Amino acid sequence: MIRSFLFWLMLAGAAFAVEPDEILDDPVLEERARELSKGIRCLVCRNESIDESNAELARDLRLLVRERLVEGDSDDEVIDYLVSRFGEYVLLAPRADGVNLLLWWAAPVLFLGGLGIAGVYFRGRRENPVPEELSDAEKERLNELTSD
Amino acid sequence: MIVELGHFTLLLALLVAGLQMVLPLVGAQKNWVPWMAVGAPAAIAQAVLIMFSFCALTYAFVTSDFSVRLVALNSHTLKPMLYKVTGVWGNHEGSMLLWCLILALFGALVALFGGNLPERLKARVLAVQAAVGVAFLSFLIFTSNPFLRLAQPPMNGQDLNPLLQDPGLAFHPPFLYLGYVGLSMSFSFAVAALIEGRVDAAWGRWVRPWTLLAWLNLTIGIALGSWWAYYELGWGGFWFWDPVENASFMPWLIAAALLHSAIVVEKREALKSWTILLAILAFGFSLIGAFIVRSGVLTSVHAFANDPERGVYLLAITGVFMGGALTLYAVRASEMQAKGVFSTASRESALVLNNVLLAVSTFVVFIGTIWPLVAEMAFDRKVSVGPPFFDAAFTPFMVLLALLLPVGSILPWKRAKVGKALRPLWLALVAAFIVFALVWTVQTGRTLLAPVGALLGSWLVIGALADLWVRTGRGDFASKLSRAWRLPRADWGRVVAHMGFGVTIFGIAALLAWEIEDVRTASIGDEFRVGNYDVTLVDVREVQGPNYISTMAEIRLQRGSEVAVLTPESRFYPVAGMPTTEAAIDNGVFRDLYVVIGDEQADGSWAVRTFIKPFANWIWAGAIIMAIGGTLSLTDRRFRVAAGAARTKARVPAE
Repeated sequence: MIRSFLFWLMLAGAAFAVEPDEILDDPVLEERARELSKGIRCLVCRNESIDESNAELARDLRLLVRERLVEGDSDDEVIDYLVSRFGEYVLLAPRADGVNLLLWWAAPVLFLGGLGIAGVYFRGRRENPVPEELSDAEKERLNELTSD
Repeated sequence: MIVELGHFTLLLALLVAGLQMVLPLVGAQKNWVPWMAVGAPAAIAQAVLIMFSFCALTYAFVTSDFSVRLVALNSHTLKPMLYKVTGVWGNHEGSMLLWCLILALFGALVALFGGNLPERLKARVLAVQAAVGVAFLSFLIFTSNPFLRLAQPPMNGQDLNPLLQDPGLAFHPPFLYLGYVGLSMSFSFAVAALIEGRVDAAWGRWVRPWTLLAWLNLTIGIALGSWWAYYELGWGGFWFWDPVENASFMPWLIAAALLHSAIVVEKREALKSWTILLAILAFGFSLIGAFIVRSGVLTSVHAFANDPERGVYLLAITGVFMGGALTLYAVRASEMQAKGVFSTASRESALVLNNVLLAVSTFVVFIGTIWPLVAEMAFDRKVSVGPPFFDAAFTPFMVLLALLLPVGSILPWKRAKVGKALRPLWLALVAAFIVFALVWTVQTGRTLLAPVGALLGSWLVIGALADLWVRTGRGDFASKLSRAWRLPRADWGRVVAHMGFGVTIFGIAALLAWEIEDVRTASIGDEFRVGNYDVTLVDVREVQGPNYISTMAEIRLQRGSEVAVLTPESRFYPVAGMPTTEAAIDNGVFRDLYVVIGDEQADGSWAVRTFIKPFANWIWAGAIIMAIGGTLSLTDRRFRVAAGAARTKARVPAE
């Protein structure tokens, strides 16, 4: 645990993430840029978004995002552009397509399954449990039925 | 000499653990009492031996014995004494020794205080615990030996790492390990019960304190780590969904589920096999966590070669213990017959829902953590899974949990008349919605995050109070009060812990929704406005620290008569060649003022970052309240008295 935090800190020098000179004059665009930046991975860092990272590359990406926004790209267009250049690795929330559907849907499906199992369990708990084992006579009868 | 002795006692401890693993287990199987009796003294001896090793290593650190490789790599004569001591576990080898020590201490605790356990169960528990000990002691000795000497000791140590020298970080690992390793106790009880083939109410009562102890330490450990990140990383983030953080969060969630299901086993003799499974999985997640943190396989997908030997060894330990325990489970679980009968509207059902939600939340964290690895290895897709995914996928389950919690905890056992049982909660619901409306109006036109957080938080807190109200029965206020005083500690623990959960939820929501951030350049003397505060950059000066050079700013924040003068720094440590950011924080109950000084700009002005962080401290306050709740519950007298009373009944042979 300590090690990875230290690694972060070594990257986190005296400088901090969004530098004053990067900020756009238009507060609405800047707000959009910040929101977008939170979902974009700093490619050379460990699990950091470009909004948090102090790495050079993160700064370049932040400037790139702002450049595209100023040129009038929509949020989706900016993201598409970044993905086309750097691959989907750049997104901190993977797109819900292909095998990634597994990632997004596994937990909700499991939850519904869990509820289902719980429901069946509740039903079983409502009455006294059935006798644990078959009686000898029942076993014999079962053998008769299954032997032929 | 002392170091060699420590090395020797470590080897001896491995030997003792080996005996402790085999003899009591065989003894319990064959009903040989003297063999079973080996367990307790062996557990105590093992703990004493490892304790000696640990002290020997600490001695080497304290005396700066640089002929010991580990000390030379991780210490320095100039380090303050406190950090020389905490430096013992500030590295892989030393922290592994601490891990083994805690493992053995838990075993010794069972040996010392487990007098009310049936002999056979106790022997088996100690044997399983020793098996875990053997695995980790051999891992320590053969792959990460802390006692190796250097042929040519250096004049001074290599590391004067400034970042380790912080109280928040120094005490974060011991708490975390108490949690991780504490779950090995629940695991040992589960496996012992499976070998025995019997789980009853008494078992639920024996296993619960250990889980509680592990869980509350894990809570403190995680909170410390999060708090440290908040003040040290320079922008006040408190949770990053980093694989390493997730590694500690998964056991916490599962342990929380286990705590609740063990109650059902204890009170109602139902959910037995599920509880056993949780106990196995909880420790499984601890092991997976150790693997993730120490192999480096997930922090960076491409770093598997970092330390393949250690990684493979840890993976093998995880595989053997999980594989073994789950196989045993598959064979024996069907023998756990549930006895309790209950209707769908009952506390049992509510606790089942709690378990479903907590288990699924754990699964979300798990799949998100390993998905990059799975996607790359199996599907050849390189993806990242970060905070946006976890926020979206994890939060709904926590919201559901928070909504259901007060209802569940107020329902009576067996069967509830829903209308009657929930009557005391109506007031809480109304109050929570008033809070919601109030927050909604006050903040006008922002996201729903904060009002919803306030709704959930107040619902949980007031709901917990309603729970207390019901528990104190009928009568006037005075008699209620005196009854509240005499309620079992476990009831108080439940109420307090649930309130803490509410406080944390509100803190997180309020911080995320209302945080104000301002980034700008300012010249000395400049005044600007952030939120309701007038901020002035008064001065920036160079300060010579004991082992660093600091650029220290003086920043004044004023709102009416309230004034705070803060001195954020950016430091440079020449020995380590490392710059650090020291944010300055004015802590408050309702808000933190958080300022950071950056680089000097070309025109002589300075980059200044100012944050107003509302209710930030509530996040960790909530965690501490949860831990206090756990402690209260742990001191409940039934764990001491009733456990003893159950003795005669439990002595009846199992088969």
